[in-house]
Amino acid sequence: MLLKELTEAVGPSGFEDEIRDVIRTHATRYADHIFTDSLGSLYCEVHGANTGPRVMLDAHMDEVGLMIVRVDGDGLLRFRAIGGIDPRVLLSKPVRVGPHRVWGVIGWKPVHFTPRAERSKVPGIEDLYIDIGARDDREARQVVQPGDVAVFATAFEPFGDGCAKAKSFDDRVGCAVLLEVLKARPLLPITAVFTVQEEIGLRGAEVAAKRVKPDIAIALEGTVCYDVAGTPSYGEGTKLGGGPAFTVYDSRTVADRRFLDFMIRVAEKHHIPYQLRRVKGGSNDFGAIQVSGRGVMGGSISVPVRYIHAPVQIISMDDYHATVRMVLALLQEIAEGGFTPPAGSGGMKA
Amino acid sequence: MTSGRHRQTLLALLEGWGGAGCEAADMGPRLQHALAPYVHEMDTDWLGNVVGLRRGVGPDPRPRVMLAVHMDEIALFVSAIEPGGFLRMVQAGGFDPRVLIGQEVTVHGKDELVGVIGAKPPHLMAPGERDTAPALEELFVDLGMSEERVRAAVRVGDRITVRRSPIPLLGERLAGRAIDNRISFAVVLECLEDLRSRLHPADILVACTVQEELGSAGARAVAEKYRPDLAIVIDVTFGTSPGLPPHMSFELGRGPAITMGPNIHPRVFRALRDTAVAHGIPWQLETTQDTTGTDAGVIQLAAEGIPCGLVGVPIRYMHTSVEVADYRDVVDCGRLLARYLARLSREEVEGLTCF
Repeated sequence: MLLKELTEAVGPSGFEDEIRDVIRTHATRYADHIFTDSLGSLYCEVHGANTGPRVMLDAHMDEVGLMIVRVDGDGLLRFRAIGGIDPRVLLSKPVRVGPHRVWGVIGWKPVHFTPRAERSKVPGIEDLYIDIGARDDREARQVVQPGDVAVFATAFEPFGDGCAKAKSFDDRVGCAVLLEVLKARPLLPITAVFTVQEEIGLRGAEVAAKRVKPDIAIALEGTVCYDVAGTPSYGEGTKLGGGPAFTVYDSRTVADRRFLDFMIRVAEKHHIPYQLRRVKGGSNDFGAIQVSGRGVMGGSISVPVRYIHAPVQIISMDDYHATVRMVLALLQEIAEGGFTPPAGSGGMKA
Repeated sequence: MTSGRHRQTLLALLEGWGGAGCEAADMGPRLQHALAPYVHEMDTDWLGNVVGLRRGVGPDPRPRVMLAVHMDEIALFVSAIEPGGFLRMVQAGGFDPRVLIGQEVTVHGKDELVGVIGAKPPHLMAPGERDTAPALEELFVDLGMSEERVRAAVRVGDRITVRRSPIPLLGERLAGRAIDNRISFAVVLECLEDLRSRLHPADILVACTVQEELGSAGARAVAEKYRPDLAIVIDVTFGTSPGLPPHMSFELGRGPAITMGPNIHPRVFRALRDTAVAHGIPWQLETTQDTTGTDAGVIQLAAEGIPCGLVGVPIRYMHTSVEVADYRDVVDCGRLLARYLARLSREEVEGLTCF
């Protein structure tokens, strides 16, 4: 299954080799031309039957992860985070470490030695370590070296009513949507880019946008969703099962109202449920793409993900399927001339 | 050194569950099944204790030695079902709530449901809140189901356990939840396996007790009912790890800890220690200055007073879902008990009341 394969692959920012190979294996079947750049982003071109605006579809393939920075004398591994990980979610979790994917666990002091006042303190990442069962540093170094990366050891599984749980739905769910879109062979000339290093500052997308020089770009994301017990509506961000979420604003962009209205019109015309992503925090690759070159028209569409950046993340499969339909509907409408470029935006040749 | 016979049995037991007060649902039957090949008789009681009897070869009346291992684990209960179908929790046994955030759990309702423990994310926290870890009451279980479906499947009082299969680490080490105290049951199995090829004078009662994590209610009942002449409690102790004082924690892979102190009969301690030394079994000294936090605490006071010994293997990260142990310690601890029981005479047991 595509989502299982994508979410279980290893690929923290800067270490996307494994996930890139998984995606490339699938994309080879659908794309006319595939290449990579010097950062490691994967470009998949579909020439399409129509001439029309060049559309860039973006999903980042990197994930948040951990890097081993030191092997202590007692064989425990000290680590730092790659990307934004709240240390709160790390305690007492299994991980896979290094090229051999050895099992490890993030240990924590027994409660018996933890005074009550201390139990409400947030641990610093420097207080944490991974135990792979090594008796000392020599044994540990036979399988793990400083600089190796580790990821959460979470299996993809169907969950609850029509949901799924896995690690790294952010943004493997976007990668899966993008592969499904390529598979459907859209009519427009498209460059699908699976970018690197989104989690450390949208860095892969910045280079990709300059290279592709798209007329229109759409970023596909897994985004924050906290529609849970006792959350005020202003804190939800999105609702699970509420359909694909269109960004209104985030920490890097304010949505272009014309493209946002276009997406809403298309969703309504095609009877696809949608919602607006409505928290200021967070960002996605569109933040880098929008300001690339002379500026790029477009927006971002996200699948809501509960417990984003945590070891176990949850999506609704309905949201996932609706997001695929939404992207295909947008491409169809663009191909049919449904999105009129604003005057003077430049680059629009259709 | 052998790697033991019951590593696989232990891994299977770690897939089971048995929160305090709920042991009979799953763990009790699993232990009876594992124990059956080694005992002549088996008994259970209303509390859920499981007791097996393996007869010795000495002349009547044979002394009775109880090997006591608790079978319960720390667990969570459903305390409320919130709008939206999210579950609130209370705990039975001691968790540091910080180790629960982001865990997969099993909710033992009408069916076994998979859930995820959620907590407030940083973007919703007030600035001061970011430095504070949430209390257990602020955490919740997300079942990915509508409130209506949740209410049909789950009741207040249902048990919640962390969902985690045992994890193979390097060498003989493994990680998992409820290694406290399933691993001590593996010690007993290794001991009984070793005793197959030895004669032991005393009758051996294997008592798998309930509710140790809530104050040893099971052990008290078993000790009163069987009134053994001697009890050896097998329970885990603290493995060395960051943040623990070196003099209160024990190296993994360096043998079982043998405890001494007021809760332990001094001659039982010495006999266990001397057995380890005589047979070249690695061991570590655990000193205690008060009642131990184990079943030995109540067993010592049961009946007319029961002499107790205490041994166990060190585990790291106790009461988390990634407790780490070294199976070599299990084998060594089983061997120590077998050698001790093989030479334990009636005279020695009777002498324990004479100071």
